[in-house]
Amino acid sequence: MSHVRVRGLSKSFGEIEAVRELNLEIERGELMAVLGPSGCGKTTLLRVIAGFEQPDAGCVVVSDEVVAGPGRIIPPEKRRVGMVFQDYALFPHLSVEGNVGFGLTNRPREERDALTRRTLELVGLQHKTGCNVHELSGGERQRVALARALAPGPELVLLDEPFSSLDASLRGGLRREVELILRDAEATALLVTHDQEEALSLADRVAVMRDGAIVQVGPPVEVYGKPATRWAAQFVGEVNVLSGVARGSGVETELGVFDLRAPASGSVHVAVRPEQLELRADGNTNAEVVAREFRGHDVLYRLRHEGGKTLLVQLPSLELHEVGDSVFVRPAPAAVTALVD
Amino acid sequence: MGLRRRSLDGFAIGTVLCAVLVAGPLIGLPLSFIVSPGALSRFSGFVPEAVEATAVLLVGVGGGTFLLGTALAALVSFFEFPGRRWIEWALVLPLAMPGYVFTLFALGLDLPGIRSTLGAVCVFTLVLYPYVYLLARAAFLSQSRTLLEAARGLGLSRRRAILRVGLPLARPAILGGVALALMEALADFGTVNLLGVRTFTDAIYRVWFTAFDRDAAMQLAMLLVSVTLTLLVLERLARGRARHAQLAARGDVVRPVRLRGLSAAAAVILPLALVGLVVGAPLAQLGVWSVESIRDGLLAPEFATSTRNSVLLSGMSAVMVPVAALLLAYGVRASASRTAAISARTATIGYGLPGSVVAVAVIVPLGWLERRIDGVAGTGLLLTGTVIGLFYAYVVRFLALAWGAIEASLLRIPRQLDDAARGLGADRLDVLARVHVPLLRTGLVTAALLVFVEVMKELPATLLLRPLGGDTLAIAVWQATTESLFTTAALPALLIVLVGLLPVALMIRMSGRAGASEVEASPAGQAWVDEPEVARV
Repeated sequence: MSHVRVRGLSKSFGEIEAVRELNLEIERGELMAVLGPSGCGKTTLLRVIAGFEQPDAGCVVVSDEVVAGPGRIIPPEKRRVGMVFQDYALFPHLSVEGNVGFGLTNRPREERDALTRRTLELVGLQHKTGCNVHELSGGERQRVALARALAPGPELVLLDEPFSSLDASLRGGLRREVELILRDAEATALLVTHDQEEALSLADRVAVMRDGAIVQVGPPVEVYGKPATRWAAQFVGEVNVLSGVARGSGVETELGVFDLRAPASGSVHVAVRPEQLELRADGNTNAEVVAREFRGHDVLYRLRHEGGKTLLVQLPSLELHEVGDSVFVRPAPAAVTALVD
Repeated sequence: MGLRRRSLDGFAIGTVLCAVLVAGPLIGLPLSFIVSPGALSRFSGFVPEAVEATAVLLVGVGGGTFLLGTALAALVSFFEFPGRRWIEWALVLPLAMPGYVFTLFALGLDLPGIRSTLGAVCVFTLVLYPYVYLLARAAFLSQSRTLLEAARGLGLSRRRAILRVGLPLARPAILGGVALALMEALADFGTVNLLGVRTFTDAIYRVWFTAFDRDAAMQLAMLLVSVTLTLLVLERLARGRARHAQLAARGDVVRPVRLRGLSAAAAVILPLALVGLVVGAPLAQLGVWSVESIRDGLLAPEFATSTRNSVLLSGMSAVMVPVAALLLAYGVRASASRTAAISARTATIGYGLPGSVVAVAVIVPLGWLERRIDGVAGTGLLLTGTVIGLFYAYVVRFLALAWGAIEASLLRIPRQLDDAARGLGADRLDVLARVHVPLLRTGLVTAALLVFVEVMKELPATLLLRPLGGDTLAIAVWQATTESLFTTAALPALLIVLVGLLPVALMIRMSGRAGASEVEASPAGQAWVDEPEVARV
């Protein structure tokens, strides 16, 4: 049985159905990311699991205990679910130590102090113990918020857009740091984000959410490489949707033949990622470069294919094509694509 | 599968209970007309004379505070002169002077013509203008400089620009201030009683103590409440628009123009003379009389008792009322239910209700309950004959005052902090104790201080509900003044004014920290200006 189970969960606010009949399972020690556009209901999902909102229907089970379900609502303080808020919600009247120890007051003093110290070491803030939270940087505040949520040893840690209020330059490093802390603590964690890069790089599994329901769940590689729907393909990264005719393990499109993940036949659509195409500048041409987005380590080209279709192609920045160049676009070697609706 | 059933919520029930306790007795006022319709006919002379006196007071005090408060606010907002910073705040000091203390001073000096409705109008104007002054000043300071400059560009002199642009823009705030001042004047008992002006509060007192007719007293109270509520509604309307007007004004603030020569001298001397008359001279005179009273043994024999009573009553109210207000405000937040929010609104209705009305409203249900308890336990006058009734009246009367100070601070605590604490295992009472109370310290202290001072000054409710031998300083002042024993009244009056200076000093200090022009923008300052203390009897 999974450590956390969400079954048939629904929650409306007036006319708006924020979450509808949502199902989700999280294994013990797993880091799960819920990825969806803003307004898809992912924060509501977190708040229902944490106990700040009561579901209209469905149930939430944490570690074999029903914390929300028909006729049974456990208040948030009894759920053993920790939460890291978007803007951290640190208590301004307490020191770093006071914040981290806040959830430990029912334990004997010595144990509380030891646990606070150990958690602060875990997040690397042992030297900031007595600091006022106003004196901390954004990244340090986030680590305090994380330590505070982890200290009582929760069954589940929820993280609500944990990196959104940080500078872009800090995000990458902190992401790795947070992941390591969560793994060190052997915590089961559920993170919600609208940033696909964040979800793919951090999580063991990604759940793609749309309009209050989960569209697809799987490891990052699978969610990216084998999107369940065209919408999921488009939301999790950039994609070209091509029509073609499938014959067994291959599909023939106007750009050439791509390998298929699973054999199929007949008229289909496939999702081709920009890096699954390559360009040749010599000999035949079949497309023109319309725009170029230089991103440092790679380049994203926007092409107009002779068939009239706009194509996205991503290439390393070793060799550059100029806007207006005529090029030949074709499938990259070993490009395995997936069918979409 | 409907889970949306809400379990019985302790906090919501608490707020509803609180609302019933506080607002419940007021229902008795209109009911009294049904229970004994003819009660007032025995006092047929009282109503017309009260209506007449009240009308004169409203017109006179309204006009007086409007002119004085607005003129002074315009002076310190639009002009620069030596000592402006000091004068700006000195002009607030009359807030600490209860009307009946100034009346004691005026009567003691036997100022000609003081024992008249016109005299009362003068006293009220002098001690109540700060309400208009504070609100008008806040409005002037929030005005955009460019508006005045535009008017100048269109050919108006500076003075005419202020009159034709600055003043109309501040009108909602000024009217709000006038309404507050009028509510204070309506609620007053001490001044009008001592000056022999027969208003509603005075009529209630006479009906209560000379005829012991509670029904007639309740009906008079009901009439007074209708006038007060009308003013309250007007004030709310004016304030709603004031907020709107202030939001619209962004940009550079008005830059004061330097006055020179004679006008600069007048700008310094006239405000100082005013504060000297309203605060300085009475304090000095009271000081002299106090020394005389001690030297000549003219101090009332009950002076020690009444001081002790005042301190005890004020001190206990200063704990009880803010705690009740905190639970009420937090109940609304924690239960997040509409019922709780409506209950809180209802429970704070005592704001602006005259003390005599509250006393009259509270006594009937208490008397009823007392007879029931007496029937069972034989406890006698358990409620109306003891301080319990008095405390109850204070809670009804001052809950809104404390609630305003606390609610303002509570709103600034982000809700996520509550959630964070809940997620860490704190239940709702824990959240209150471990997160809110530490963060609300300033608001709580402010509320306690306000209630302490108000209870100390309170006269009519205390007069009507005090138990035997339960005189307070305020009653001692009033009692001695009615008997023309001004020397005897001086020391208790002096103590009341000195204690009353505390919150005014606190307000000035708080605003000093925030920077002179941001005072009214700071939430603490806002609470002060929005909900100035209520009782000033």
